[in-house]
Amino acid sequence: MLFKISLRNIKKSMKDYAVYFFTLIVGVSVFYIFNAIETQSAMMKVSASTKEIIKLMTTTLSGVSVFVSFILGFLIIYASRFLMKRRNKEFGLYLLLGMGKRKVSMILFFETLLVGLISLGVGLLIGAGLSQVMSVFVANMFEADMTEFAFVFSKGAAVRTVLYFSVMYVVVMIFNTFSISKCKLLDLLQAGKRSEQVKMKNPWLCTFVFLLSAAVLGAAYYMVTAKARILTADQLMVPIAMGIVSTFFIFWSVSGLLLRIVMSCKKLYFKGLNSFVLRQMSSKINTMVFSVTIICLMLFITICVLASAFCIKNSMNSNLNELAPADLELTQKVNLADSGLTEMYSETQLANSNMSILDVYRACGIDIEADLAEYVSVYEYGSGELTFATSLGACLDEVMEEFRFLNYDTPETILKVSDYNRVAQLYGKETYTLAKDEYMVLADFDSMVAIRNKVLSTGQTIEIFGRTLKPKYKECQDGFLEMSSNHINTGIYLLPDEVVPEEVRVREYLIANYRADTREEKQAIEDKANSLADAEHVGNYMPIDGTSRITISEMSLGLGALVTFIGLYLGIIFLISGAAILALKELSESADNVQRFSMLRKLGADEKMIRRALFRQIGIFFLLPLLLACVHSVFGMMLSNTILETLGNEQMLPSLVITGVLVVAIYGGYFLLTYICSKNIIKER
Amino acid sequence: MEEILKIEQIEKYYGSKSSLTKALDNISFTVGQGEFVAIMGASGSGKTTLLNCISTIDHVTSGHIYVAGADITKLRGNDLNKFRREQLGFIFQDFNLLDTLTAYENIALALSIQNYSAANIDSAVEKVAADLGIAEVLHKYPYQMSGGQKQRVASARAIITDPKLILADEPTGALDSKSSKMLLERFRHLNDARNATILMVTHDSFTASYAGRVIFIKDGKLFHEIHRGEDSRKQFFDKIIDVVTLLGGDAGDAL
Repeated sequence: MLFKISLRNIKKSMKDYAVYFFTLIVGVSVFYIFNAIETQSAMMKVSASTKEIIKLMTTTLSGVSVFVSFILGFLIIYASRFLMKRRNKEFGLYLLLGMGKRKVSMILFFETLLVGLISLGVGLLIGAGLSQVMSVFVANMFEADMTEFAFVFSKGAAVRTVLYFSVMYVVVMIFNTFSISKCKLLDLLQAGKRSEQVKMKNPWLCTFVFLLSAAVLGAAYYMVTAKARILTADQLMVPIAMGIVSTFFIFWSVSGLLLRIVMSCKKLYFKGLNSFVLRQMSSKINTMVFSVTIICLMLFITICVLASAFCIKNSMNSNLNELAPADLELTQKVNLADSGLTEMYSETQLANSNMSILDVYRACGIDIEADLAEYVSVYEYGSGELTFATSLGACLDEVMEEFRFLNYDTPETILKVSDYNRVAQLYGKETYTLAKDEYMVLADFDSMVAIRNKVLSTGQTIEIFGRTLKPKYKECQDGFLEMSSNHINTGIYLLPDEVVPEEVRVREYLIANYRADTREEKQAIEDKANSLADAEHVGNYMPIDGTSRITISEMSLGLGALVTFIGLYLGIIFLISGAAILALKELSESADNVQRFSMLRKLGADEKMIRRALFRQIGIFFLLPLLLACVHSVFGMMLSNTILETLGNEQMLPSLVITGVLVVAIYGGYFLLTYICSKNIIKER
Repeated sequence: MEEILKIEQIEKYYGSKSSLTKALDNISFTVGQGEFVAIMGASGSGKTTLLNCISTIDHVTSGHIYVAGADITKLRGNDLNKFRREQLGFIFQDFNLLDTLTAYENIALALSIQNYSAANIDSAVEKVAADLGIAEVLHKYPYQMSGGQKQRVASARAIITDPKLILADEPTGALDSKSSKMLLERFRHLNDARNATILMVTHDSFTASYAGRVIFIKDGKLFHEIHRGEDSRKQFFDKIIDVVTLLGGDAGDAL
């Protein structure tokens, strides 16, 4: 019997439940899709190190899933309590008819169970379907072969989805039971009767608050863009807090202000149902300033996260050819025989620290030289005479003021110009010549380039090894020694060969190309080079670090994919949550709206007029937080560009397009769903 | 006298063939220009159904209703809305004001739905507000007004479009006696000064005694009709009471 009531209730209130169902189904399928990536990628043919990266990614994603499940959990509890409130009268009737509170709770229990089961089933089904599309996307990300397509269903992801959502539903049931047992009959029955008090805010106060908030917001925008470089992480909290508070007060005042502006234009205000729509909107926004603020901020985060994630991914791939032009780069510390660093290295290691990298390989019985088509070996030099602080010269104080957290005592990296030219030839980059009394600086890390250019433009001379050198160029030149996936060269000093004494060697670099054509052959040589770590006597020599084109490419692919997937995952969940809250709020008012719209019909308003009024009402409601979020995002993206400047921002437009499509699809979808549902609810019966 | 409303043998059935309820059973009457007619009857007598049919909210099963010569039972879709918008004014028992709008805006809405020029709205609203004695509450919200004030605002909204016919459904139903009296005085005033045609449904004899003619309905049929003629309101009230007693007594006999 109780079960029957539950079933009928769900059928009856399908209109109210539609958005709830939709949200649950989308939530379940998104949850499944991102958790299923692991199983899907297991089918792909990828290298061992890519497998490692995928493993890292899936671990991270399952960690993010916990966070996501919290967000979804709150959303579900919020939504179900919302629906409960709409039905207070119904529950009051059950109690009045003598049904015990326990039985009412049972009805609710069955309802939640049914809704849960159906949404889980449908969600998993849709998720399983969509995850096939996702696997194509994943394969594309990791540049894996997708020649064999197989339908993959991830049991693990399904089990995890069912588990997480079951926990959420159980919590919802507990909440429902609790709130029923707490209710008073009178309150339940009279729930619908409260007469709404429309508080009109003082228009002057609204205008004042709006202008003030806009000014504060402007100041916050200024801080995160123009002054972003000098902000530390802690200081960054100030504009963020300013932004949040002013967002709240902008929503607090905007409806009053908007109303006042339109009202002053009588032609517009008293045209058709405009006065009705505006009043509806303002009364609604007044009652939910807080939620609108949260939704706006969520949208803002979504847009920024999505756009940045795609941006990072794209620029990483495009940087690769430029920044990793050789196959292999090995490096070791040298010249430590007399350094006395016995705590870090053994006596034998220190004694052997004058051996070159190839010598170490030979000593360990690995003949790598034959596999290298070409190679250069160069030394890096360093001296306490030229540290970051001394290189800045007169600009030191100014720079220190701006960047407090930099380490100013590090010796600068020094290369002989002929050494660098040999590297540059291998890399296919420009070579340089220096006169006897000249020096130059190579750098490509934007903010360091800016600092160094400032110093170089003053013609700052350096005193080193008993010579005085003047800069050949007024600014940094492009170039680097170490391969990486990003522009991270903070500065290399190139000096004339004869100036640099051999005693100040710090490191040796070996940069090489493999004698191989195919990827497999290259991988084989790389494995051989890596086998040094397992060689018998390797402990007798200085440790050799290295990086290779293959590693860098896989790392950056993996990192890009990781960031993209997490961004997508969180972005979609945030979008769903925000839009669902808005939709539920809007639909919950449908009962009041039924009366209002039937009133309008009696006054003779056309169906077309009514539909338009409804559309505008919901549209404004959805559009306001999105608009402010977009404005926020413009400045948010500028900030994230500043922070992520190493990544290059040439790929901004496609990222924004993808983000825009996603936002429009999900948020717009919710808007349409809300509009259609409301239209059905207010339909004349 | 021009006929504003002409009702011809209308019937309204509810339910299926096996259990048929005749809510309206062969009712015919006419209302002339500038008349103030009350329709009386007990609960379930069909008076609200009658009003709903006239206002096109409900459809008749058979028969015809003519408003200003046009058969409204033939109207469908947006023509219905157009008809309501241009020919009818509504006053309800529970006021049905939009709670988010001020009194002024509630009244103005009726005009703006008709695409009335915004420049003329102001003077129109002020004129009708003066007629109904609500000039001082124009900028209040419904929740700030008394029941009587709300009903007069609703009346202002009904009358401002100069409808052919004003339909009032138990307009005093939710008012205390003082407010009722004040409202009915205003109805009389509108009837006299603006020559408004008012059709009012009520089950209250006192309310009905303000009308110029009272039509009694019982079990969906026309039961009786009395005209006020030259009587004072008090005398007319006594006559109504007599009929009501008969109406009730008859019902008692049937039991």
